[in-house]
Amino acid sequence: MQFGIFSVGDVTEDPTTGRTPTEHERIKAQVTIAKRAEEVGLDVVAVGQHHNPPFVASSPTTTMAYIAAQTKRIILSTSTTLITTTDPVRIAEDYATLQHLTDGRMDLMLGRGNTGPVYPWFGKDIREGVNLAVENYALLRRLWTEDVVDWQGRFRTPLQGFTATPRPLDGVAPFVWHGSIRTPEIAEQAAYYGDGFFHNHIFWPASHTKQMVELYRRRFEHYGHGTADQAIVGLGGQVFMRRNSQDAVREFRPYFDNAPVYGHGPSLEDFTSQTPLTVGSPQEVIERTLGFRDYVGDYQRQLFLMDHAGLPLKTVLEQLDLLGEEVVPVLRKEFDALRPAHVPDAPTHASLVAAAGGADDLTINAVDDVTGASV
Amino acid sequence: MTHIAVISAGLSVPSSTRLLADRLSAAVVDALHEPVEVDVIELRPLAHALADNLLTGFASGELAEAIETVRRADALIVVTPVFSASYSGLFKTFFDVLELGLLTGVPVLIGATAGSARHSLVLEHALRPLFSYLHATVVPTAVFAASEDFGEAGLQSRIERAAGELAALLSGAPRRRVRTVEDEFADPTAFEDLLRGA
Repeated sequence: MQFGIFSVGDVTEDPTTGRTPTEHERIKAQVTIAKRAEEVGLDVVAVGQHHNPPFVASSPTTTMAYIAAQTKRIILSTSTTLITTTDPVRIAEDYATLQHLTDGRMDLMLGRGNTGPVYPWFGKDIREGVNLAVENYALLRRLWTEDVVDWQGRFRTPLQGFTATPRPLDGVAPFVWHGSIRTPEIAEQAAYYGDGFFHNHIFWPASHTKQMVELYRRRFEHYGHGTADQAIVGLGGQVFMRRNSQDAVREFRPYFDNAPVYGHGPSLEDFTSQTPLTVGSPQEVIERTLGFRDYVGDYQRQLFLMDHAGLPLKTVLEQLDLLGEEVVPVLRKEFDALRPAHVPDAPTHASLVAAAGGADDLTINAVDDVTGASV
Repeated sequence: MTHIAVISAGLSVPSSTRLLADRLSAAVVDALHEPVEVDVIELRPLAHALADNLLTGFASGELAEAIETVRRADALIVVTPVFSASYSGLFKTFFDVLELGLLTGVPVLIGATAGSARHSLVLEHALRPLFSYLHATVVPTAVFAASEDFGEAGLQSRIERAAGELAALLSGAPRRRVRTVEDEFADPTAFEDLLRGA
């Protein structure tokens, strides 16, 4: 099982000091956080994509490549890559490039984005969100699996004899997760292709997660990719820890009360019972997290939201230390002991290459029309 | 079994809004001549949950149960006090947090209470357009009760006329609802159809 962190890359005022970090500080902090995540033994770090303030994460592959160059082992992923407003041709190119640069140490999670005005800025319409996700991803897959693509659709200009370069590393496309909170069509899409399904599992009741994962598993089996319990499931989660539970609650409360998304609404205590948010000791986080399995089954990837709501970098790094040193080793052992042998691990580049029967160099060499020779 | 959900936005106890709601539901039960299950949803105890729902985007606890009751209902009776020449904010908030399409084709009887008969057109200029927007089927007779109406015989005849109209709608053609997200979970659209439709 993989453990890691995911971020939306928000620039938020620290409500305890009134200070808002600069974009520069926040972008650099993401790199520092990712490096610490690797140091403390986490497996995955995922960065977001947004095209509006207060977010700095508009260019995920740039950030991922920079992090990858300074790390050795951690898998780079996204939370999420916008499949609706990003040209699928650019996704094919950017992420295949990243795949080569990182030697396959990456994957990506597709999401639709829920900010209405962002769509028209990219020439799209949020009311077409699901159709955009369906058409764009169908094209993205073809661009990665077919050398030469002729294509026509509703949402971008047609392609004739187009080859997306570079071709995927070793002839294997990056693994794709589909993320959605409450849109059954996206669970259906993930199931149809046998891709991974990720539920953000933060800010919302676990009943949403359960319903979406159940649908995905049922349809994964329906489309013949394996049994329902072999489907590839990832979950988010939000925690704040201190050795002493009361200290965690006291320290996190002002961040909770003023947080974007849910601030000024329910109390910390209500929100903790209504959603998967856990504020307490590492032991409480371990117990709550092990309980996720009760409603989603054995799953492959657990990501935690750590840098959120204006928490200062120093605090985030302390959270990572607790996560890596006290929580994840226990979760790893416990989850592994519970998981039956026929439930697979999350796919990695190596496992996908092995499943494809070995590496296959797909480099396309253009052919000169006159001489017939490769150029 | 016919399920009727009664939504009352009265704030005081006892509440004249609830009083009108109860008289409307009793009249509908009388007019139906079939087994009826009536669930009353008082919005006052849901006020905090409604404000939280606006901020968090999801319904918790008893509010989630109230929304489920509306989802299961074959018809609604909705009654609000008049506040500042319209429905109360609490009344509107409940309908603001319902999933899109939930009331499509659902027969609705609208009612309102106020201290003065001069507010009676609130039903026509505020409630009827709201439920038209929600694609509900609103019965022609809307029932308004000013304080003085509770002492007059005319109110009962209007209640019975409105209840008869709701009963007639319920005994007509079977109800058709648009597909909601819950239907999609129960019986998902096959991905081939999503691909073709994209």
